[in-house]
Amino acid sequence: MSRLRQLWDRARPVVAVPLGAVILGLVVAGVVALASSVFTPQGFDLLLPFKVYAGLFGGAFLGLDHITNTLVNATPLIVAGLAVGFGFKAGLFNIGADGQFLLGAVMAAGIGAMLATAPAIVAIPVALGAAAIAGALWGFIPGALKAWTGAHEVVTTIMLNFIGRSLVAYLVLNVFQAPGFSFARTGPLGNAELPTLGFLSPDLDRLNLGILIALLLVPAIWWLLFRSTLGFEIRTVGTNPDAARYAGMRPAVLTILTMSLSGLLAGVAGGLDILGATHFIPASYGTTVGFDSIAVALLGRSHPVGILLAGLLFGALRAGAGPMQLDAHIPVELVDVIQAVILLFLAADVIVRQLLRIRRAKSGLEPVEAATGSYGKQASL
Amino acid sequence: MDHVPALTMRGITKRFPGVLANDHIDLDLRPGEIHALLGENGAGKSTLMNILYGLIAPDEGEILLDGAPVQITGTSDAIAHGIGMVHQHFMLVPVLTVADNVILGAETMSGPVFVDRHEAGERIRSLAQQFGFDIDPNARVEGLPVGVQQRVEILKALYRDARILVLDEPTAVLTPQETEEIFEVLRRLAKEGHSIIFISHKLYEVLAIADRITVIRRGKVVGSRRPAETDEDELAEMMVGREVELVVDRGDSKPADVVLSVTDLWARDDRRQDALRGVSFDIRAGEILGIAGVAGNGQDELVEVLTGLRKPSRGSVTMAGRDITGHSVRSIVEAGLAFVPGDRQRFGLVLSFPLDDNLVLTSYYRAPFAKGLVRDEEAIREWAREAIKTYDIRTPSEIVPGSTLSGGNQQKAVVAREFSRDLKVLILDQPTRGLDVGSIEFIHRRIIQKRDEGTAVLLVSAELDEVLEVSDRIGVMYRGRIVEFLDGRTAKREEAGLLMATGGRAQAAQS
Repeated sequence: MSRLRQLWDRARPVVAVPLGAVILGLVVAGVVALASSVFTPQGFDLLLPFKVYAGLFGGAFLGLDHITNTLVNATPLIVAGLAVGFGFKAGLFNIGADGQFLLGAVMAAGIGAMLATAPAIVAIPVALGAAAIAGALWGFIPGALKAWTGAHEVVTTIMLNFIGRSLVAYLVLNVFQAPGFSFARTGPLGNAELPTLGFLSPDLDRLNLGILIALLLVPAIWWLLFRSTLGFEIRTVGTNPDAARYAGMRPAVLTILTMSLSGLLAGVAGGLDILGATHFIPASYGTTVGFDSIAVALLGRSHPVGILLAGLLFGALRAGAGPMQLDAHIPVELVDVIQAVILLFLAADVIVRQLLRIRRAKSGLEPVEAATGSYGKQASL
Repeated sequence: MDHVPALTMRGITKRFPGVLANDHIDLDLRPGEIHALLGENGAGKSTLMNILYGLIAPDEGEILLDGAPVQITGTSDAIAHGIGMVHQHFMLVPVLTVADNVILGAETMSGPVFVDRHEAGERIRSLAQQFGFDIDPNARVEGLPVGVQQRVEILKALYRDARILVLDEPTAVLTPQETEEIFEVLRRLAKEGHSIIFISHKLYEVLAIADRITVIRRGKVVGSRRPAETDEDELAEMMVGREVELVVDRGDSKPADVVLSVTDLWARDDRRQDALRGVSFDIRAGEILGIAGVAGNGQDELVEVLTGLRKPSRGSVTMAGRDITGHSVRSIVEAGLAFVPGDRQRFGLVLSFPLDDNLVLTSYYRAPFAKGLVRDEEAIREWAREAIKTYDIRTPSEIVPGSTLSGGNQQKAVVAREFSRDLKVLILDQPTRGLDVGSIEFIHRRIIQKRDEGTAVLLVSAELDEVLEVSDRIGVMYRGRIVEFLDGRTAKREEAGLLMATGGRAQAAQS
């Protein structure tokens, strides 16, 4: 009991604001639902917020199929969240997770389809490896631009997102397009699909190997950040680049390396999404995982465990959205409102602190400050 | 002098969690008096002044101005009561002009929208004239020397009709000349009837400027003295609570072979101007070479080139017979160089990291702290506990963030880390800046101990006294050159000071 209490005392300064933001996000969403009910044929309904929460919760957690849905939605969010959080630790704001995710996705879909008849033990690693390399390359470019020219990664990764989306369309239309479909898309994955637990129960049919990989990546990234010398260097550069230079570390090299690794993770996230859940990619893939992962990383405080929990939460919201719409007759877009409000409260953490009377942590930059504080400054590499 | 005191603080008490920062402090300030508040870092001087300025609410005690009790609940109260504060770190907006900075927050308006700059400029000019400040109200603050910026801060207070001026360590950032100038200003202000509280931990300064000195230790007033009836030794003892060796006995040096050899070194500063213009010197094992000079004469660049942080444009650096010119920081460190940087919070530490990580900041990658990519947490922690013990770092544990340590203990952590490496050359940049006498004594002892173990030491300091007290040999730097070498034991303060200011005869003849 006292051990638990100790743990909470240590975690509280870090956890309090994200937790508060989530609660406030849900409250605001309830109010929005309530207000919107005035304009619906059902009329004003004071119980509506609770129907919304019940719908979301039930849709996310009650029943094997719903839990599966939550985990499948959470998988790419967790891995891409790790990618963005990893960058934050080095003081880099990788907004390019979107482009890196998509390139990973298109490579996994394209290469996976080519290897549809190869044994799974070959097809899956090769397809996933291709996704990783594509993502890493899309992270390497802004990393190198920053290290060599000082170009800020926020600007370059946004631009690379546009290029990435166009590149995906090009690849699907000109390289990977499969015949026999009514729209431009990649072919069936065959053996490159990730194995699922579908043989146990039809409800588990979509529960694939991807979630296991995501769960393994969490401790792996934690170890890399907090137990390896490379992680120490990355965190030092991210917190105090001057001290890093003084200590003989090479910020330029670390910037390139971190951006590449961050891109690699985002690419893997895209690969897992395709190989595990979507199974193909159209010429224009309307996913928001790349951007949602920024919110996941911020909510998770850039810490792998926090990102895991934040990814699960966002996955649950996505999974619960459909059932909520059926139960409460509130459009699924309410989930976007919740996410947006959470993000808003994270950025304006003063509001959360004041509302919930949380004291400021004594040290350490908030991830938002850490990531945005460098914006506009000349990189001192 | 039986006037009513301009300010009386009576029984001021302030508790912070776990500390009694101010314990029933009594203080009075007479009209026209310069009253020095002396104490170590963390003694409670700043807390007391922040209470006076309305930044902190006291738990107990009262404040009287001209004998009448007042309530000060915020800085605007303090300003309205004629209290002005000049902080150690200036609160100026660099891109604004002197006049704009002075009137900021106290603007006179002409009409509802526009600031009356003309009126403000006139008042500033007349104030400056009255107190002998040579300041152009239209100059931008960022281009002004530090000493002048400080005068802008004082002007800000005077512009708001301050009669009581609090100066928090005003000389910490000044050169000896600027210090003398600011003293002149303070004396003049006092003569005009202003009362001044002067916070410092530099003994010779308070003896030079103050009418009265009050010493605070651990939140309590230890006593008050007039400069005439006391000396540095007594004040130091009052401050620290024990006898302190103000000048550590440096003993005899036994210089052996040349370890660090610098030949005709040139380097550019960040604005691509030549900051080093042909520096040459040798340091032998078991010898301390002190570099004296007014800040900005190339000392920073010299240190950066020697440690690999800056590439030289010409010349060579040889360490123990190996050419290390332009090598990387890591390879120079590996060759046996340790470096205590001048700005410990910017370079020496990562403040948000735990103390143990900070204690391996420059050796985290090698045995026993890491094998390949894998950190050995146990070894790191064990070494941290040992360092905390041997270097007397006051901290609740090895895992608290570096930011929670006091300045002196932060510096001890840097010293512990750098001194305990296997080293041939030790470079110290302002090793005791901002520290109290107790910590200074400790660090000076360690430096001399390192010398006696056979390390070649380069000591760069803006404190001329420190260079004179510790060095075996002194090089005076002026405009990117070492203009003269002096013997550390026979060099006179005046002689070195003159060389620092003018570059000496050789330089004068050249220009």
